[in-house]
Amino acid sequence: MSRFAGLAEAVAAHVGDGDTVAVEGFTHLISFAAGHEIIRQGRRDLTLVRMTPDVVYDQMIGAGCARKLVFSWGGNPGVGSLHRFRDAVENGWPRPLEIDEHSHAGLAERWRAGAAGLPFGVLRGYSGTSLADHTLTIAPIACPFTGEELAAVPALNPDVGIIHAQQADRAGNVMLWGISGVQKECVLSSRRSIVTVEEVVDSFEPRVNGVVLPSWTIDAVCVVPGGAHPSYAHDFSERDNDYYAAWDPISRDRRAFEAWLGGMRDGVAA
Amino acid sequence: MTAANGWTADEMMTVAAARALPDRAVCFVGIGLPSSAANLARRMHAPDAVLIYESGCIGAKPGTLPSSIGDGVLSDTADAVIGVPEIFAYWLQGGRIDVGFLGAAQIDRFANINTTVIGGYQAPKVRLPGAGGAPEIAANCGEVVITLRHGRRSLVEEIDFITSLGHGDGGDHRERLRLRGRGPGTVITDLGVLQPDPETKELTLTSVHPGVEAADVAAETGWDLRVAPDLDVTPPPSDEELSVLRELQG
Repeated sequence: MSRFAGLAEAVAAHVGDGDTVAVEGFTHLISFAAGHEIIRQGRRDLTLVRMTPDVVYDQMIGAGCARKLVFSWGGNPGVGSLHRFRDAVENGWPRPLEIDEHSHAGLAERWRAGAAGLPFGVLRGYSGTSLADHTLTIAPIACPFTGEELAAVPALNPDVGIIHAQQADRAGNVMLWGISGVQKECVLSSRRSIVTVEEVVDSFEPRVNGVVLPSWTIDAVCVVPGGAHPSYAHDFSERDNDYYAAWDPISRDRRAFEAWLGGMRDGVAA
Repeated sequence: MTAANGWTADEMMTVAAARALPDRAVCFVGIGLPSSAANLARRMHAPDAVLIYESGCIGAKPGTLPSSIGDGVLSDTADAVIGVPEIFAYWLQGGRIDVGFLGAAQIDRFANINTTVIGGYQAPKVRLPGAGGAPEIAANCGEVVITLRHGRRSLVEEIDFITSLGHGDGGDHRERLRLRGRGPGTVITDLGVLQPDPETKELTLTSVHPGVEAADVAAETGWDLRVAPDLDVTPPPSDEELSVLRELQG
């Protein structure tokens, strides 16, 4: 059963050094608030998982939280590179970053297998690409019925899955809608889960593409209005495109980044 | 670069890419120039083209161009919004997409795409964003249209990493790998249009944009570029194409 908790308390209770952690969200419903709290608490040696590591992962990597990144596209959407991510991969700053790299189709299949409790997922993918040569978590497999060669990818089962959602009810069930990405798979695959929400309501209304995650699939629910900013929560906020653009010069420069990091740790800015 | 009558090379590239999308085609759209081109096409000759964004938005009809693949304007205007695993499994691998629009950091003469690294994989000189949806888009869509800016560092003799397979080593390589889609049929740059030779699959210059000579294109290409004997000149952007594109871009 989920328990309402403050975000700092939930992160302290559920995210440990060395854990595999996914702060998911496909542009939408990304819990920046939780990522920032992980930085404030100084977590180290994390294996970070995300299909589209964007600015919050750039921040966590630059802050030295991560040892490894499992991902399928690492950029600042609509802007360009993630320069903290690049600095870690290209120069080992602030520490080297091991990578486990996939395509979206492959990583989505890893999430689905994780949620299903299967050891691996299977897809028609990676044929003829260099990814198949470099990524150890891609293996050829023959279909037992037709002999067709397909790609197998191992299930993702992080220690902690963290998402943002629009609402919780008073029993701690969670509802999200709009672009749902792999939010459901992230929570169902992970051993523990934290959901930050915009608000608490007495009861949910039916929504287009609404996803309900029952209380008993979640460990902690934290009420953090605006916790997805600069990402967004459909029907609550707009994506703050200016923030993503403004991140670029900060991300490019180690000193500018460290100044940002100091301010964020002190709670001056997020 | 601005031409005498007021359009830029990037606008020419976007307009040429838009013209490559047939009406009623189901199109998998990446962000940036592909998204501009697909939305321009929908307002011009292809009102019934179906735009699919990998964030799970099927049949999106944005009024202004989204700045990310998952902007609210996409889900608000879509016929259906579904989860990301479904988009890649049921729709892309399920063989339901006619045209995939892809960008690229680098391509080689067989239209293989690199968006992963410049230099060695373990210690790259430049780490690029990586694959995203492209490898399976390139493999599974009926046809692929690639857009990129022309230059000797982007159209190169050999790419450092095959993120997405074009025509592999050429010839029947895709058939041997049993890939379902036909692969890249058109590469549109800011200088012209390249298409694979029907037999060898080597990219051949088939059209130059207005004001560009074949020799200019060859000079900006990192391999010995073949030029079609019946080389066309791309019709310049019409006033309507330009005004609609500029309105979209706000």
